Amino acid sequence: MSTAAFIVIAILTLAASLAAASLPKLIHAALCLVVAFVGIAAFFFLLGAEFVGLVQIFVYVGAVAVLIVFTILLTRRADEKTAGFNWVGVVIALAVFAGLIWTILQTPSLAVSPPLMEPLTVKRIGEVLMTDYVWPLQCVGLLLTAALIGGLILVMEEKR
Amino acid sequence: MTSESVDQIFVSAKHWLLSLLPDAPAWVIQIASSLINIAGVLGAFLTLFALISVLERKILARIQNRYGPNRVGPFGLLQPLADGIKLLIKEDIVPLRADKLVHFIAPIMIAATAILTLGVIPYGRNMTPFSIDSGILFFFAVGSTTELGVFMAGWGSNNKFSMLGAMRAIAQMVSYELPLIITVLPVIMIVGSLSADAIVAAQEGYVLAGIVPRWYVFTPWGAAAFILFFVSGLVESNRTPFDVPEGESEIVAGHMTEYSGFKYANFFLAEYFGMFAVSGLAVTLFLGGWHAPLSVLQIIPSYVWFFAKLALLLFVFIWIRGTLPRMRVDHVMGFAWKFMLPMAFTCIIAAAVWHYQRHGLAGWFWSLGVVAIVYLGLSRLVDTKKKFAPRTYRFAE
Repeated sequence: MSTAAFIVIAILTLAASLAAASLPKLIHAALCLVVAFVGIAAFFFLLGAEFVGLVQIFVYVGAVAVLIVFTILLTRRADEKTAGFNWVGVVIALAVFAGLIWTILQTPSLAVSPPLMEPLTVKRIGEVLMTDYVWPLQCVGLLLTAALIGGLILVMEEKR
Repeated sequence: MTSESVDQIFVSAKHWLLSLLPDAPAWVIQIASSLINIAGVLGAFLTLFALISVLERKILARIQNRYGPNRVGPFGLLQPLADGIKLLIKEDIVPLRADKLVHFIAPIMIAATAILTLGVIPYGRNMTPFSIDSGILFFFAVGSTTELGVFMAGWGSNNKFSMLGAMRAIAQMVSYELPLIITVLPVIMIVGSLSADAIVAAQEGYVLAGIVPRWYVFTPWGAAAFILFFVSGLVESNRTPFDVPEGESEIVAGHMTEYSGFKYANFFLAEYFGMFAVSGLAVTLFLGGWHAPLSVLQIIPSYVWFFAKLALLLFVFIWIRGTLPRMRVDHVMGFAWKFMLPMAFTCIIAAAVWHYQRHGLAGWFWSLGVVAIVYLGLSRLVDTKKKFAPRTYRFAE
């Protein structure tokens, strides 16, 4: 059951990602990227990480995808010229992929069976965030606040 | 028949239906159980949709001192049937320059997300269709994908009005999603769970000799959060006075301009289902879900109370539509960022004050103080004098 689901989701996610990288119209590519995001969220659900899957949908589909779509809309004309094949992009993608593969192969935990973990509840995530990871959390908060203020300053009307 | 068995009548009916396939494997039972839940939710809400579409026209007509639909069936009650047949046999028009696939998927996606959000709301005792651990998060995660559907409708139509409407819709939905979610946070903080069932269970019981129920709307922070949540819900479901995305006097019908027939009906359905979902969540979070308002009224089944509260909120939706004019688009945005968001954060602080005074009377007054001070301060700050200066016209004398 779960293997079959994995294969179906994997095919869908990979196909959507491929379409996102290769479709000529940017908006279509962005919408395919959304399908890929949903596929990744489905993997999280399959692994029992309900919270992470929902946050994936919430943040990536609800916010990042809308942001991408809006950016394309505000910056591009309707009759856009398709750019030529981007070789630099291919090299970077291959390098990233090779790096990932190398790291996965270096990881010893693939061979041993995973330790039994208690189910990941929202409460536990909250507790860990407020104890072990409180400083990283504060740093992220500071960064986001700075970004918010920066955005406000950019759009603020200049006083004449 | 005892009141207990009437209360659980739908649950027992489901168990009886499942008992018809006794020796099926577990996954068949699971799928069958889910299908029964889906059928129940869809059946109930499609009926409610039909009913509310005619009731809305009736109530609006009453407000405007006219009769409203009264030709089809008794009191015009069969009007939705006639409307449905009319929409089904209408010609389906797809613009020549439209993006065919995106134009086709958009109404399906919008309706699907609206239906999905209805799945996690507890409609009665043991009557949550899909009781998941982080139900509230699911609600908002699915709800946030609606924006994408609106965008697809606007962009796929390849029409200026559609695009403008979609831009307005997304801008106001993104802005009001923040207060909508932040006003939910105090409830989650106090309950300590993201599950809708736990939130309803936490509001059980009565104080003051069974007269005042322990609903969060009766605490100062809960009342403030409820009003903010309700206003944000009005915006999220694109209802008057926040219906700028589909303002018919300005941009025809916004992102729905190029849709006709059944696809248009899908948008219409999604709008109403979104309204049901937001009202249902408001009932769950602040109005005690399916609990009875007085302890003596607990003999009436729980689902009756849920739908009574839902109907009350829907009536307020319609009432507001019949009373208030449309807001200007920049005022809608300014209101979200300058007033709603700070007030929503205040609710969190007020709830914390209430919590650390051990939910007592002192805490009640302290949190009232917090909400009142911030409200008065904010209204002073936002309410600038120059807004009431004599009107100046740029393009007309």
